[in-house]
Amino acid sequence: MNRVAVIGVGITKFGEHWDRSLRDLILEAGIKAIEDANLDGKEIEAIYGGTMASGYMTKQEHIGALIADYLGLNPIPSVRVEAACASGGLALREAYLAVAGGIYDIVVAGGVEKMTDIQTEEVTVALGEASDQEIELMQGVTFPALYALMARRHMYEYGTTEEQMAAVAVKNHRNAAKNEYAQFQKEIKIEDVLNSKVVADPLKVFDCSPITDGAAAVVLANMEIAKKYTDTPVEIIASSHATDTLAIQNRESLTSIKATRIAAQNAYKQAKVEPKDIKVCEVHDCFTIAEIIAIEDLGFFEKGKGGIATLDGETEIGGKVAINTSGGLKGCGHPVGATGIKQAVEITMQLRGDAGKRQVNAEIGMTHNVGGSGATCVIHIFKR
Amino acid sequence: MEIGVPSSWRKIRERYNLIGSYCENCKKSFFPKRNICPNCRGNGKLIEKKFSNTGKIYSYTIVYSPASGFKDKVPYIIAIVKLEDGPMVIGNIVDSNPEEIEIGKEVEVSFRKWFEEKDGGLIHYGYAFKLK
Repeated sequence: MNRVAVIGVGITKFGEHWDRSLRDLILEAGIKAIEDANLDGKEIEAIYGGTMASGYMTKQEHIGALIADYLGLNPIPSVRVEAACASGGLALREAYLAVAGGIYDIVVAGGVEKMTDIQTEEVTVALGEASDQEIELMQGVTFPALYALMARRHMYEYGTTEEQMAAVAVKNHRNAAKNEYAQFQKEIKIEDVLNSKVVADPLKVFDCSPITDGAAAVVLANMEIAKKYTDTPVEIIASSHATDTLAIQNRESLTSIKATRIAAQNAYKQAKVEPKDIKVCEVHDCFTIAEIIAIEDLGFFEKGKGGIATLDGETEIGGKVAINTSGGLKGCGHPVGATGIKQAVEITMQLRGDAGKRQVNAEIGMTHNVGGSGATCVIHIFKR
Repeated sequence: MEIGVPSSWRKIRERYNLIGSYCENCKKSFFPKRNICPNCRGNGKLIEKKFSNTGKIYSYTIVYSPASGFKDKVPYIIAIVKLEDGPMVIGNIVDSNPEEIEIGKEVEVSFRKWFEEKDGGLIHYGYAFKLK
């Protein structure tokens, strides 16, 4: 297998882009990444683009060819990848595999979602299609409801509190305020979270990631030629992917995501590192409870202790492990298909030393991208 | 939300009667029905099974922000129920106030309207749960 490095990154501002289309977002992120990699474009051999619900939300399918078209990169192969909220992470993995396997030397992995062209209730249905449609969506089980079921059980089994969950949102908004690309630029307090409107009890508005437009892209290259384009290649030292049942009723546990545990075990083995070696990690905090479950399943904290660790500041910048320095899905925003790529952009910036006010001193970083309520998990480990 | 007639029609028997599968090889139950046993695959021996009408609440939530099609039910209670003789099943808990719901409480199966499509469209029915 070839060694693979990230040699360029690009990202749009995350937020509500009323004046910009799906195509505008793809173009901005793609061009930024290509320029950041010091390429003029003709070196790129293939594109892997993650998007979850462009058909539902913008009435546009056939995204693979669209990306190549608008980046002016026809006729190279361009593939659309879909794995719900893990579409971006999986696009990165497919791109990685193509370079690692020696098929291509330089490829682009991107992600995009344009969510504000339709009403919120329709977005809820679109996202709900990532759950088990026949038994969950059909009964009015929304995404917040699925994570609320996990939260309630986590509270019951481990004594996790609403205050501990709120601490996740407070930290992620604090980090987002240091990230110019983040949707939210304001810090919030525990009380703001606890007093916000209930969405699916015990989860409130501020426990939930927002509806966001945005795109992100990374350029990957065979490590042997990476130095030709950049002095600071960031190597991908592990890429792993695991699946589980679509419906949460059929899982082994509600308080742990098995796909995360398995993908993490495989990633640590590939990279020959342990959880304690990871100093900065972007985890999939679509809801505050999801971050608590993730930092336990990834091995940073003992099962049941994720909430207390967060409240105690162990996941802050400067803590034991800096979690979601970008602001995470909660603070930076969650344009579904773009999220997995944004995570890779953030970790690359951290490892290159380009993260400004939110900079962490780290040699190794990780991304954790979850699809749906846990039926897909994609993990990557990066090294500077 | 629009589902359409055929996809709802072909699930009627399972949804109205809570019918799933049981594997005679690994002795595990599954709902909804499966065509192969996920544990045993080629060695599995699946038969149809109608589950018991009782179970206990394993986890629950009260939904205040619905998906389109469920607006008139708000707030509604969603639970994961561990059936007495079978698997976990997700469903609505009907005829109860949110304050009455607790993990561990016993429930029984009830037959209810799931939702109605817009403008006099199709009405979908199926299982739900109520406190015993």
